[in-house]
Amino acid sequence: METKNVNGNEWRVKVGLAEMLKGGCIMDVTNADQARIAEKAGACAVMALERVPADIRKEGGVARMASVKIIREIMDTVSIPAMAKVRIGHFMEAEVLQALEVDYIDESEVLTPADEEHHIWKHDFRVPFVCGARNLGEALRRIAEGAAMIRTKGEAGSGNVVEAVRHMRAITGRMKKLTTMRADELMAEAKELGAPLELVQQVAKTGKLPVPNFSAGGIATPADAALVRHLGAEAVFVGSGIFKSSDPETRAKAIVKATTHFDDPKAILEAHEELGEAMKGIDVRQLEEKDLLQTRGW
Amino acid sequence: MSKPKIGILAVQGDFEAHGAMLARMGVDSSEVRKPGELKDCDGLILPGGESTTQLQFLQEEGLFDAIRKFAADGGAIFGTCAGAILLANEVKHPDQPSLSLLDMTVLRNAYGRQIASEVVTGRSTLKAEALEMVFIRAPIIERVGRGIEILAEYAGKPVLVQKGRIMAATFHPELTTETAVHQRFLDTVASQNGARHAAASQE
Repeated sequence: METKNVNGNEWRVKVGLAEMLKGGCIMDVTNADQARIAEKAGACAVMALERVPADIRKEGGVARMASVKIIREIMDTVSIPAMAKVRIGHFMEAEVLQALEVDYIDESEVLTPADEEHHIWKHDFRVPFVCGARNLGEALRRIAEGAAMIRTKGEAGSGNVVEAVRHMRAITGRMKKLTTMRADELMAEAKELGAPLELVQQVAKTGKLPVPNFSAGGIATPADAALVRHLGAEAVFVGSGIFKSSDPETRAKAIVKATTHFDDPKAILEAHEELGEAMKGIDVRQLEEKDLLQTRGW
Repeated sequence: MSKPKIGILAVQGDFEAHGAMLARMGVDSSEVRKPGELKDCDGLILPGGESTTQLQFLQEEGLFDAIRKFAADGGAIFGTCAGAILLANEVKHPDQPSLSLLDMTVLRNAYGRQIASEVVTGRSTLKAEALEMVFIRAPIIERVGRGIEILAEYAGKPVLVQKGRIMAATFHPELTTETAVHQRFLDTVASQNGARHAAASQE
C-alpha cells in the first residue's frame, strides 16, 4: 500500500480509515437533523454538503463547500466520521476543512469545479481524500495525487444507478485485464490509461486498487446498493437517494441493511418490504452533455 | 487437536484485513453476519469499524445475544478498536450500550478526530522488540477492572488487554505485518479449545 512521495505512516492511517468504512454506507446530509437520522439508521459516516446533488441539479448556480457553521454542527452532532466536499482543484477550501478537522475530504465533481486543469495535490494534506473516477486511468491518477479512497462518480443526483454500474464495471474489468498481461505490455497500457506505470504494475500484480474502492452516484434503493456491492464496491455512498425519498428514516436503514447483506436476496427483500416511494430519478440519456456532473475533472 | 475455527464479524468494518492476516498465518476464517454462523466457531474476531453501526446490527439481528451466549459457552473473542468498544462494560463519549464482556471503561474517539490518527511503536509483554500500533480515531481505555491483564500500553494508557478468553486492542494489528497479537489470540483459542475438548471427553 505504499505510494511515492508519501510518509509511509501517514498514508497508512489515511487508507486505514477507509478500511474501517468498508461494508458500510456513507450518507449525504445537509444539516444536523439529517446527520442524526443517518447515524441512527446505521450510516458508517456522513458527508456534509450545502445541497444534495438533486437540488444542485435543479437549482443551478455555483455549488461550493458547505458553510463551516453547518459542517461544525454536523461534526458536533454525530460520533461517526464526518466528511465534507470541496470543489475540484480548490486546495484552499481543502485547507479550511483540514483546519476544521473533518475526517475525510471529498474532492467532488458534484460541486462546481474551481480548476478545470488541475486536481488538488492531496499528498500535501494530513486529512485523507476520496475522489471520484469513471475508469481505471482516472482512479490511478487520483491515487497518484494522494487520494486514499476511490469512489465511482456515477451520475450524482440522478437517482439512476446506470452510470455507477458502468464506472464500476469499467474499473474492475480493466483491472482484470491487467492481471492477464505480460510485464512488457504494461508500459503501453500505462500510456493508454494515462496513469503512472508503478501503479499499473501494482494493479497488474494484485488485481485490486491500492486503496479501497467504493461506489457513488445514483444509488436510490437497497437493491441498487447490493448491486454495486456485487460488482466490486466495498462500501456505498448514498446522496440524494435518501433525503429526496418519501421515507428517509426507513430507506436509510434499508440501504444500510442491504449493503451488509448484499449476498442474501432474502435480506434485500426484507429491506424493500417497508419502503415508500423512491426519488423520481432521471433517464441519464435525456441529459445534455453540459448537465452531466461526471465529466467534471479528468 | 483439530484446527481452530475462527469467525470474523462482517457486518461492517475492516473484517477483510483480519481475514487476510489470519490467511498469512495459515489459518482459515469465515465471515459471520448471522447468529447461526457462530455455531461452529471456536474464536470470534470483532473488527475495527464504526461501533455505532455495528452495535445496531448486533441488536437488531439477534447477534448481540448470540455473541454473549458464545462467550458464556466458552468461545474466545478478540476485539480491535470498535470491537474493543463493543466488549467493554462501560462506554462513554457518548454513552453507548455494549456486550459487557470485559470489565473496563472505554472513551470513544478519545484521541481526537482522524487528523490525530497515527502509527506508533510501544512496549508489550508479547515480545522483546517494540510493537507497531496503528491508531485510527481510537478509543482510550480509561479504567480496567480487577484481574484484567494489561499486555501493552501507550502514552500511559492500556491499549491491549485480556481477561481469560476475552482480548481487546484499541489499535489495529490487522493493518500491520505484525503477527504477535493475532498469535496471542490463536493461542488463547487453542488453550480454550483444549480445555473444552478435555471437559467434553470427561463427560
